[in-house]
Amino acid sequence: MKNLISMRDLSKEEILHLMDVTSKIEAGKIVPDMQRKLAALLFFEPSTRTMFSFDTAMKRMNGDTIIMSGTGQTSVKKGESFADTLQTIAQYSDIIIMRSSIEGAARFASEIVDIPVVNAGDGANQHPTQALLDLYSIVKTQGTLENLSIGLAGDLRFGRTVHSLAQAMALFNVKFKFISPSFLKMPQYIKDDLKSQKIEFEEYENIEDNIDDLDVLYVTRIQKERFADPEDYEKLKGSYILERSMLSNVKDNFKVMHPLPRVDEIHTDVDNTEFAYYFPQAKNGVYTRQAIISILLGEV
Amino acid sequence: MSRIKQIKVNAIKNGTVIDHITAGKVRKVLDILELDGTETVMIGMNLSSKKLNRKDIIKIENKELSQDEVNSIALVAPNARLTIINDFEVVKKVSLEIPEFIENLIICPNPKCITNSEDIKSKFRLTKDEPVKVRCHYCEKKYLIDEVKIKK
Repeated sequence: MKNLISMRDLSKEEILHLMDVTSKIEAGKIVPDMQRKLAALLFFEPSTRTMFSFDTAMKRMNGDTIIMSGTGQTSVKKGESFADTLQTIAQYSDIIIMRSSIEGAARFASEIVDIPVVNAGDGANQHPTQALLDLYSIVKTQGTLENLSIGLAGDLRFGRTVHSLAQAMALFNVKFKFISPSFLKMPQYIKDDLKSQKIEFEEYENIEDNIDDLDVLYVTRIQKERFADPEDYEKLKGSYILERSMLSNVKDNFKVMHPLPRVDEIHTDVDNTEFAYYFPQAKNGVYTRQAIISILLGEV
Repeated sequence: MSRIKQIKVNAIKNGTVIDHITAGKVRKVLDILELDGTETVMIGMNLSSKKLNRKDIIKIENKELSQDEVNSIALVAPNARLTIINDFEVVKKVSLEIPEFIENLIICPNPKCITNSEDIKSKFRLTKDEPVKVRCHYCEKKYLIDEVKIKK
């Protein structure tokens, strides 16, 4: 693995290797040393959570970071091309970790610089490190990635996180339930891909009646702005809020995950149940990103 | 001698015939061809065809097509067939095939794709979908051939 740009580039074996390295880093069996290594965090599109997670991952390994957030303070604002900015930053650092609203920006970057590039999100396209930390959270709580029943709920139309996760889980004979309002359904091209891979999926519009047979429920936020009429949002949102009272018949191994930030789609009364996993999931993001950086820099 | 062959052989001495163009696509094919205005070009539109029911046809005197032109024509008229004519004789017939990898021929319809904001060559791959689609190497979106614009 030279770069991490898209989940579509990863084989099942590469994903399992990454899970293994992540688990060994978490257990302290591998202690990567990034002393004298510098990661450039180029966040052309601002982010706090993903950027902090990468920053933490690098610093937990004794490495260092240089950070650009937005384009305001840089020569990009002076009219410098994207390609020139990247090639200059590549002279200073050992690895580039970048987020951009331009789709394909990380792929392009990986073709013009000679150091590894990690895609930390490119528009509505890919967010592979989120998908990998989600996979790690699933394998850690379920003991396997194979033959699981996974519910994806919320905004399945615009959420790149659920798209990447659906594509990645398709390698592991998953059974999906897609739970969303009709106009925020999983896009047809993702469903076509799943059909061609012979992956079973069903679509529902109500969260409450469809969670008892799941191993994992992955909840995403439904943004109010997606609704043309705010009244429609008020009417619908109750169908997509997970509450403690809905969890009385779930399986023992059931876990609720969420890429965060949460607004009100998971009631806080779920937080203290054994099923809530979204905060440990965020911690898993640091281990996963440590593993990704270590593999790309040849340290493990 | 078939009727089509008669037309081809009788019409031009040296050059290229592009036959079996999907009816209505002849303008798109003309857009692709890098014609400098000096060539003699004959166009037939909406002719009857056993294979396609209706078809378009172009005959160009004294022109051989570049590989880029051939690949682009395959995208807009996948059933088309090229015939190279030399001294009134058919010297070569080529059935067109959309290449697996298409570089710098398609404009990605996704306005957020990096190929529409940076000066870089677009790259697409054919997918296994039916009807056939192309996937952008950069933004990873898939499109039907009819949804994409061909670069001139």
